[in-house]
Amino acid sequence: MKAPSFAYAKPSTLAEVYDLLERHGDEAKLLAGGQSLIATLNLRLSSPELLIDITGLHGLSGIKAEKGVLRIGALTTHSEVEHSPVIAVHLPLLAQAVPHIAHAAIRNAGTFGGSVALADPASEYPACCLALDAQLVIAGRKGERRVAARDFFKGLYDTDLKPGEVLVAGEFKLAAGYRSSFLEIARRHGDYAIIGLAAHGKVAAGKFSDLRLAFLGAGGKPVLAKAAAAAIEDKAYGPDSVAAVQAALAGDLDPPADLYSSSATKLHLARVLTGRALAALAA
Amino acid sequence: MDHSVETTLILNGMRVSRWIEPRVHLTDFLREEMGLTGSRVGCEHGACGACTVRVEGKIVRGCLMLAVQANGKRVDTIEGLSDSGELAQLQQAFHERNALQCGFCTPGMLLAAQDLITQKPDAGREDIRAHLSGNYCRCTGYQAIVDAVEAVLAARRIRGRA
Repeated sequence: MKAPSFAYAKPSTLAEVYDLLERHGDEAKLLAGGQSLIATLNLRLSSPELLIDITGLHGLSGIKAEKGVLRIGALTTHSEVEHSPVIAVHLPLLAQAVPHIAHAAIRNAGTFGGSVALADPASEYPACCLALDAQLVIAGRKGERRVAARDFFKGLYDTDLKPGEVLVAGEFKLAAGYRSSFLEIARRHGDYAIIGLAAHGKVAAGKFSDLRLAFLGAGGKPVLAKAAAAAIEDKAYGPDSVAAVQAALAGDLDPPADLYSSSATKLHLARVLTGRALAALAA
Repeated sequence: MDHSVETTLILNGMRVSRWIEPRVHLTDFLREEMGLTGSRVGCEHGACGACTVRVEGKIVRGCLMLAVQANGKRVDTIEGLSDSGELAQLQQAFHERNALQCGFCTPGMLLAAQDLITQKPDAGREDIRAHLSGNYCRCTGYQAIVDAVEAVLAARRIRGRA
């Protein structure tokens, strides 16, 4: 199908973006990589009056590690994250996650900020942000504010972004001794996840601590499995501790069924992924 | 209402300027306005890969990019890349192995395959499958396509050692 008619603007400063957002309100949409937005326009699921192409803004792209914080600009593409040596060293969770995002041609265009701001519950970055306790940097007319990922994702495609605001970056605190594992099950490569897991935690002297298990495809937003993580806090890897974590998942997750998988199947798959992730972290 | 935006791009090495309605995606622009019908309109939501073109040297979905977004950018299509000879080895390998039947997916397949060949000369079958996973073929069952790409990679490795 073809997109409905709309106007197009490509401002070069954030101030112009705020002007346009104020003038057009809900009728304007921000366009970054467009890999979800243009598909929804073509499917006529969305019909804005104006697209504001923000790819001409300076300073919103790139990956930088400084003073113990790694910052990913909103306009950084998935490919740039995938091939970044800085990400490979400091945030291996993201390096593992990105190959699961769609396909090479889409990763060349889609952006970090676009994916986070859309907040598709089956997408990879929101779960990673939750697992890594990221701060999302939001710019508006009155200045910048930071929101923790756990407060940013509010529900199905719903975030803490207010009218007139623009997501400009994600910030990740770097800490020593942590390990990561990203796992996802999809019917075909690049498809929406049936279920996926971003796991991040400290492993020292054979014991787990500060483990964060964030699931995608498990609800309307990424879900942090707190009871499951607590079950292995300060414990070593072993059949009993893994079984305790897997059992506790029932209290954390109530994944909605989709066309192919029942809720029970998804919970089972979540347990399988959890077992694999714990093994990977302990290895 | 007319929202047309003046757009200038370097298309297959030639400078092109047109007033374009923002709602027109790049593939429709290439086909309808420029007469370059090698890039296909398949699913129009990013799933099938038949619209694959190169923008600034990187493969993208032509159906998920507005033509106006190509302003100031270099766009290369199957037509330009065929004429330049860059894809000749892959095209020969596809021909020899019957790696196409109807040919609808072939331009996108060739662009995606060439992208892998230049990025990862040591790619194996699994890499080929992963890299082509965003390009659907409804005729061949993929085996012949993977064979063709594998053959080109192998031939280049031999040539590289010689």
